[in-house]
Amino acid sequence: MKKLFFILFFLSSFNVFSAGSKIDIPKYDWSWKGFFGTYDRASAQRGLKVYREVCAGCHSMNYLSYRNLSDLGFSEDHIKVIAAENLILDGPNDEGEMFERDGLPSDKFANPYANDKAARAANNGAYPPDLSLIVKARPKGADYVKSLLLGYVDPPKDMTIPNGQHYNKYMAGNLIAMASPLSDGLVDYDDGTQNSMDQMTTDVTTFLAWAAEPSLEDRKRMGFKVILFLVVLFILAYISKQQIWRDVKY
Amino acid sequence: MSSSDPQGYKKTLNSPYTGFKGWIDSRLPLVRMMEAEYLKFPVPKSLNYFWSFGGIAMFCLIGLILTGIFLGFHYKPSADDAFDSVERIMRDVSFGWLIRYLHANLVSFFFIATFIHIFRALYFGSYKAPRELVYIFGLTMFMLMMATAFLGYTLPWGQMSYWGATVITNLFSAIPVIGDAILTLLLGDFTVGDATVNRFYVLHWLLAFAIVGLVVFHVITLHMTGSNNPTGSEPQSWDETVSFHPYVTIKDLNATIFFFIILAFILFYYPNILGHSDNYIKANPMVTPAHIVPEWYFLPFYAILRAIPDKLGGVLAMFGSILALGLLPWLDTSKVRSCLFRPVWRYCVLLFAINFLVLMYMGGKPAEGIYVLISRIGTAYWFLFIFVLAPLVGFLETPRQPLSISNYLRSKKA
Repeated sequence: MKKLFFILFFLSSFNVFSAGSKIDIPKYDWSWKGFFGTYDRASAQRGLKVYREVCAGCHSMNYLSYRNLSDLGFSEDHIKVIAAENLILDGPNDEGEMFERDGLPSDKFANPYANDKAARAANNGAYPPDLSLIVKARPKGADYVKSLLLGYVDPPKDMTIPNGQHYNKYMAGNLIAMASPLSDGLVDYDDGTQNSMDQMTTDVTTFLAWAAEPSLEDRKRMGFKVILFLVVLFILAYISKQQIWRDVKY
Repeated sequence: MSSSDPQGYKKTLNSPYTGFKGWIDSRLPLVRMMEAEYLKFPVPKSLNYFWSFGGIAMFCLIGLILTGIFLGFHYKPSADDAFDSVERIMRDVSFGWLIRYLHANLVSFFFIATFIHIFRALYFGSYKAPRELVYIFGLTMFMLMMATAFLGYTLPWGQMSYWGATVITNLFSAIPVIGDAILTLLLGDFTVGDATVNRFYVLHWLLAFAIVGLVVFHVITLHMTGSNNPTGSEPQSWDETVSFHPYVTIKDLNATIFFFIILAFILFYYPNILGHSDNYIKANPMVTPAHIVPEWYFLPFYAILRAIPDKLGGVLAMFGSILALGLLPWLDTSKVRSCLFRPVWRYCVLLFAINFLVLMYMGGKPAEGIYVLISRIGTAYWFLFIFVLAPLVGFLETPRQPLSISNYLRSKKA
């Protein structure tokens, strides 16, 4: 009965938040899934390229610094080059003026717009969300992000699409302000990987998943050690318990 | 009282210990207290693992306070900075992700332990005389826990933090006449905002330590009466008890480690499964989430709130559901404590537990159609259980003769 209680308890809490989502999001096989999963570095590096060449035109990533890219296997010099390709507003200097300079590894990712209002003004009133946490901020996470990027299909015949909106079969309500951002061959890969739609969406999603949860690899490594330790401790405690309670007479 | 010591009370100052222990003990009776209450304290032999959840809950509380202190070093309680400072903890602070995920998941496990602990009290009749105060202090702590958890959930300043806080604090406006004034005082503003997160942070700390204070009363009252046990029969001799240490300490340690293995599994592999993805979106007063749902451990009470079609009625039912549980020691008319010997009440209590889980499920669903109907039936059973079944079943049921602790253990072994 105790076990049943536990099982019921967990079951009841797991399905709690699935309310209302009627769109079926397909499941994909991600490199960071499982107990020892890690982010596919090559894929995430390509994903960064997709982000910088396509997404970064509208979407900020305010919680990331260029220095964080060392997690993905970029060298220090490479990071300096990547950072320097962006102009960062700094200041005020001693004359009280704001000035622009090349980005440094310690800078946060450059924001495409000066502020939220400018972002809305440039996008028909729709706000392109910050992508730093997007994978954790959506119910099906990475599966959802990839699906959304692949979800631009022809709308049903009886549906009228308002001006400035686009049909997407995975978006809640099926209408999204963003036009399909990717197309086959849009981003040139340096490592010779086929730049298909499917490959680019996988790569950029891998990059965004890392951006949302950079501690995942540390966490999983530590988790394995902690659980192993606790299991050994439990065995010792259990043997001690049997030993101590052995002389208790009923 | 000897003539050489006319002030007899001084006798109590003479410590049985020598050396440093004696020096301390004759000035602060801590050593003798610890020995009496935590080493030699007699505990019924027949406790099962349900009795470990009080200790487990205590470990959760200690863990929450320790991780909370370290989070407090880096957290900034303001509408502008709160969300960003949490992200800084997750990304830039050494082991910040571990401390924050521990804090967030320990709360859930604190509630799991507490729910099981309360179920134990109901099933084995631990609330009945002479342990009414143990139970009342426990329920008071449970209510403070819920308040503390609610305040804490506001602090990361995500979408669910903001909108959860808006919905729940709005309940106070249902109170006639003074409701709006209370709401303004609570929020420090007319809407949830910068002032709110600042004072919620202070209250979150304050209430956490208020819970610690109540733990002391919970334990003092428990140690006056001694632990209940599965039979509900009091120990008749020393033979039916074991000392707290090492027997209970090692047993509780086993249960605690096992519990923490499950916690570690969730913490390290599914740290966000008990949370809501919307809380990774910074609070935005202009955008309302599709479904505002509180944390999972509030869902049964949220279901009760929404089951009543009237706002004030819903608020009264929600708070009343826990307050009413506090009347159980006096409403339950049975002479027998444990459900092991109460053929009818046993199923009433089990149904109460299942009903709790059903309400939890309903609380997470939108308030429409069949979900509201089931929530209403569940709410009705909650109050029926306390106000009708407890007095009536106790009166009508023919309980079996409770076994003594020794006989119970013998029958279990056979």
